[in-house]
Amino acid sequence: MQLDHTRAPLYEAMKEYQLDRVVKFDVPGHKGGRGNKVLRDFLGEACMRNDVNSMKPLDNLCHPVSVIKEAQQYAADAFGAENSIFIVNGATGAVQAMVMSVCKAGDKIILPRNVHRSAINALVVCGAIPVYVNPGVNNDLGIPLGMTPEEVEAAVLANPDAKAVLVNNPTYYGICSDLRKIVEIVHGHGMKVLVDEAHGTHFYFGEGLPPSAMSCGADMASVSVHKTGGSLTQSAILLLGKGIDPNYVRQIINLTQTTSASYLLMVSLDLARQNLALHGREFYAKTVEFADYARKEINAIGGYYAFGEELCDGKAFYAFDKTKLSVHTRAMGLAGIEVYDLLRDEYDIQIEFGDIGNILAIITGGDRALEIERLLGALNLIKKFHGKSPAGLYDHEYIDPILEMSPQAAFYAEQETLPIEKTAGRVCSEFVMCYPPGIPILAPGERITQDILDYIAFAKEKGCSLTGCRDMNVEYLQVVKFSAGNDRR
Amino acid sequence: MELWFTENHTDNIRFSIKIKQHVYSEKSRYQQIDILDSYELGRILVLDGFIMLTEKDEYIYHEMITHVPMATNPDIKRVLVIGAGDGGTIRELTRFKNIEHIDMVEIDQRVVEVCKEYLPQTACRLDDPRVHIYYEDGLKYVRGKDNEYDLIIVDSTDPFGPGEGLFTKEFYGNCYKALNENGILVNQHESTFYDEYAEIMKRAHSRIKSFFPISLVYQAHIPTYPSGHWLFGFASKRFHPVTDQHAEWWLAQGLKTKYYNQYVHSGCFALPNNVRDVLRETKPAEK
Repeated sequence: MQLDHTRAPLYEAMKEYQLDRVVKFDVPGHKGGRGNKVLRDFLGEACMRNDVNSMKPLDNLCHPVSVIKEAQQYAADAFGAENSIFIVNGATGAVQAMVMSVCKAGDKIILPRNVHRSAINALVVCGAIPVYVNPGVNNDLGIPLGMTPEEVEAAVLANPDAKAVLVNNPTYYGICSDLRKIVEIVHGHGMKVLVDEAHGTHFYFGEGLPPSAMSCGADMASVSVHKTGGSLTQSAILLLGKGIDPNYVRQIINLTQTTSASYLLMVSLDLARQNLALHGREFYAKTVEFADYARKEINAIGGYYAFGEELCDGKAFYAFDKTKLSVHTRAMGLAGIEVYDLLRDEYDIQIEFGDIGNILAIITGGDRALEIERLLGALNLIKKFHGKSPAGLYDHEYIDPILEMSPQAAFYAEQETLPIEKTAGRVCSEFVMCYPPGIPILAPGERITQDILDYIAFAKEKGCSLTGCRDMNVEYLQVVKFSAGNDRR
Repeated sequence: MELWFTENHTDNIRFSIKIKQHVYSEKSRYQQIDILDSYELGRILVLDGFIMLTEKDEYIYHEMITHVPMATNPDIKRVLVIGAGDGGTIRELTRFKNIEHIDMVEIDQRVVEVCKEYLPQTACRLDDPRVHIYYEDGLKYVRGKDNEYDLIIVDSTDPFGPGEGLFTKEFYGNCYKALNENGILVNQHESTFYDEYAEIMKRAHSRIKSFFPISLVYQAHIPTYPSGHWLFGFASKRFHPVTDQHAEWWLAQGLKTKYYNQYVHSGCFALPNNVRDVLRETKPAEK
């Protein structure tokens, strides 16, 4: 880091603006909260006063020339990037900006199938064609892993016309690929490396964690600072490496992002960057200490398996993010989603997600020891009162997709609506996913198989929240009409 | 110069005591600890601004939280006390010869040290050879225990400080697990007069009820606690405090008490309607 990170340009400008007591004849119409007293009392006066619009002294995210530009330079410096761009539409916005900055309609992009829906959404919007690399799967845990450099290389060689490779660093469960090696291979073939680092903010500031995208030489990385970095929900930063034109990326972002970017979100990024640059190391040391302690204690309960670095194999499970508390629950006869529901409904403990076989708790330095103890105490009782034999639980999660059409072609193709049980063999034209984690089970353009339908039925029965379909109850699916012409059958 | 200590009982109601001397003050890792000396109530222990005890009326709380369960099951031998850093609960328990072993789990070692120095009236028996003190989180401690105790006493602060975890369902469930088949759980149960405390009390009560077949509430009058009317929870796997009361046995122990007696024992479970109405609103949660 080169700059003086005690500074926070946007924060300082906003404070000065407050002191000026400017008369507001601009939006927002609540005028510092006076126009909506209930909201003001609920959120606090300071929050309303700072909910301002772009103006000369406060710059404009669509066309940053002063304090936002400076704040972005500080962020780039802190994250070790060439440039950075604040995003107010979540890492979703950042991922879409990455994909659309390197791919046009018909271009190929190589990516693992366990990407977040935002990546495939970007393909629907821009018309790029996915080439899926099979992420390794840990069958015991039932979770997809990372990509091995060998598989990436094979995909690159088989698709020399692809524009880019997208990598998760880490996955939702905390698993990392050998990113440095992948960057080397991909760059060797003249393609770009895009990294979804929605869950990796801490890699830039913590010690003893897997390497960050920028330190590995990736071209772009999408960082959800709000997830583990302390900014407000929906704020993110897009990091750019050398050789990526920030002005072109800004144009791409401006195609879809709001022209009224929230200053609450932006100033939260400025202050999160300041805090992480100054105190990130201690913050994440505390995070790892909490997570390591919880892992040790959960494994001592028995029945649960809080996995960690011991699973690293140098291949698809190349590295593990120790801040993630991922716990396998199936050996206790409970689906992760069942443990998730029990924690929420019986113990008032909200965790990040539960899937078929696992739960994930997000731990940060913002937690307190007594809350970690509550989680451990509740898991202990859930085992005692609800644990059973693991029979009858679904034993695999990753289903290899069969891509029949581009996501865009399928999404916009002529369609029909069928009861879900009658859709085996057809091409899906919409998404089906459990949310969270938001990794599609089916994406537009993929062939529906009986295996997939069984999995969806099981997830539904266990109480997973299924999203993405037009039919909110997921009883019907949109499929491409046979007559649509571009279906192979 | 006049020095007054004020505790806010609610946002709109205050309770003030004229203070002779601010004897001791410290910010420990967990909380603000203060010892005050007053003109009429003797020394006072204050944690995070809330009165924990005064020398003048602490006996009410400490007798009621111990003698009620002790006189319910004369075979109590192994006791776990959570919190209780001031030593008052331990002082009362050590008067019973049938108790063989007391584990005390207090998160804040400084409270114990400060009380030993400035509040000998309550901290006088912490060195009894039957007492074993562990300085750690109560929930963490109890989580590791199975079928070990005849009695658990939760002598905690209010649920908005370090004591927060001791009002949770996971805590009560793990206490259930740590008790044997004759086990009794007694806890300080807040009060119902002021809405904020009533809400806490309701939640605590329904959480306890979800684990224990017998779950009752009893009362005492403690002048220096908010509203002056305080409640205790009595939860048990087997013994009923009134029908299983051993009055003769308790009298035979020859213990001199200032509040508790064999009539108060059964009488304290007779609750006024304003408490019964609040309790009726609590639903047992599923286990």
